[in-house]
Amino acid sequence: MKTLVWVEHDNASVKDATLAAVTAASQLGEVHLLVAGAGCAGVAEAAAKIAGVGKVHLADDAAYANALAENVAPLVVELMGHHDAFVAPATSNGKNIAPRVAALLDVMQVSDILSVEGPRTFTRPTYAGNAIATVESSDAKLVVTVRGTAFAKADANGGSGAVEAVAATGDAGLSSFVSAEVAKSERPELTSAKIIVSGGRALKDGPTFEATIMPLADKLGAAVGASRAAVDAGYVPNDYQVGQTGKIVAPEVYIAVGISGAIQHLAGMKDSKTIIAINKDEDAPIFQVADIGLVADLFAAVPELTGKL
Amino acid sequence: MKILVPVKRVIDYNVKPRVKADGTGVDLSNVKMSMNPFDEIAVEEALRIKEAGAAEEVIVVSVGPAKAQETLRTALAMGADRAVLVETDAEVEPLAVAKILKSLVEAEAPGLVILGKQAIDDDSNQTGQMLAALLGRPQGTFASKVVVEGDKVVVTREVDGGLETVSLAMPAIVTTDLRLNEPRYASLPNIMKAKKKPLDVKTPADLGVDIAPRLKTLKVVEPAVRVAGIKVADVDALVAKLKDMGVA
Repeated sequence: MKTLVWVEHDNASVKDATLAAVTAASQLGEVHLLVAGAGCAGVAEAAAKIAGVGKVHLADDAAYANALAENVAPLVVELMGHHDAFVAPATSNGKNIAPRVAALLDVMQVSDILSVEGPRTFTRPTYAGNAIATVESSDAKLVVTVRGTAFAKADANGGSGAVEAVAATGDAGLSSFVSAEVAKSERPELTSAKIIVSGGRALKDGPTFEATIMPLADKLGAAVGASRAAVDAGYVPNDYQVGQTGKIVAPEVYIAVGISGAIQHLAGMKDSKTIIAINKDEDAPIFQVADIGLVADLFAAVPELTGKL
Repeated sequence: MKILVPVKRVIDYNVKPRVKADGTGVDLSNVKMSMNPFDEIAVEEALRIKEAGAAEEVIVVSVGPAKAQETLRTALAMGADRAVLVETDAEVEPLAVAKILKSLVEAEAPGLVILGKQAIDDDSNQTGQMLAALLGRPQGTFASKVVVEGDKVVVTREVDGGLETVSLAMPAIVTTDLRLNEPRYASLPNIMKAKKKPLDVKTPADLGVDIAPRLKTLKVVEPAVRVAGIKVADVDALVAKLKDMGVA
């Protein structure tokens, strides 16, 4: 089987989520990549070095600068004429583009796969991760999105794929990019961090969240996350949200501070290697999944912890 | 302008789903069912656009069993004008739902279709994008802000790194994220009024759509359970544990 993997990038470098998708694709067959962007030749060069990659299709055109699904999907459909499976990481771009491609190919997509069980068989989470379904596709071609935390990352080096330019399919004229507000942070990215410190509604407000959580995260070199309740209450921006409807993470260490442990949140972090919970309510559901729990008032415990590390 | 809002009847988001012992799926008997939360946000957004004077009619549609009429009545009680149920007891996959919606869009010609970004049962996150593809129209997925400006709709999207704003030529498809709005509750008088609002019932066959599934579910299991670990007495003990792990 020949697979075509969507390379997640910012026109400068390959994002880590791509590497997990490459691993999933390699379990299906031959791995080809698609780098679609503007001024992204450097990305294609870097992508060609990913271990196990055959060909890298490079579509370098202004129409692809912001990965608008309306422009990218026809390009993917064209390339799917000689590929059997389209594999995208379940990033916001992947989730936006893949179903558009699937419908154009008249294929029912398999979303957010956790494992490859056979040439057309996958496991995937449903009901916020409370039920894991094994599904088999009967479509002629496959379209899948890959949950990044469920697959090992392919080695970013060691490959020697060939970069091949492909003709752009042009601007569909349906949509245009206006602006982006990208949060700038010195901290590691949530989805690839080794340690995450997450705060919940108990943090009271934005300034308290900042004053309590950030120093601990900085001490540990950790990324900062938040529960949906904390994001909805406006303590931190939406891109901090960990959970079924936010980011799915699986770091080495996840420290949940003042998070009760709603199903929705647990679905986003329960694959973390070690979970540490600090909460003053000893009956909080978070303690049922935590490896190490500390029942304490976070406003005393967290500064003390930060001071003693 | 008309706005079409598809809604799905799903297990209530407060209910913890139980996997059936025979591994064929999730037990839905005697379980509270409600409107998919993302769809409630979609209904609310459509009503707000109508109330702001940018639309004349909000049509809600559901694909599902006869009981999905309750879900449609909820949307009518919130303020939608009329409803269409495409009735089937079969499980309908997103691709087939998108084909059914395409047929309704062609009949109704709405300027906007607003959908939830995903249903909290199958968590597919596909229908809106698929509908946009089948119609050859633009898509504004994971919306946290929607502004109608003449023949364009400007959508702010929740993306991995933060927010992104795109401008779409209408007719357009929008899918909602959590922070788009806070859906209203239906008042008792509105619930009474909703009972008299028109609700059409059709079948997938009426619309000429083949809903045969493409995916076969081989089994459904509970996820691996994590067992609770230990509790430490104080911060010093936690620091010691972190040092043992090499974290600090």
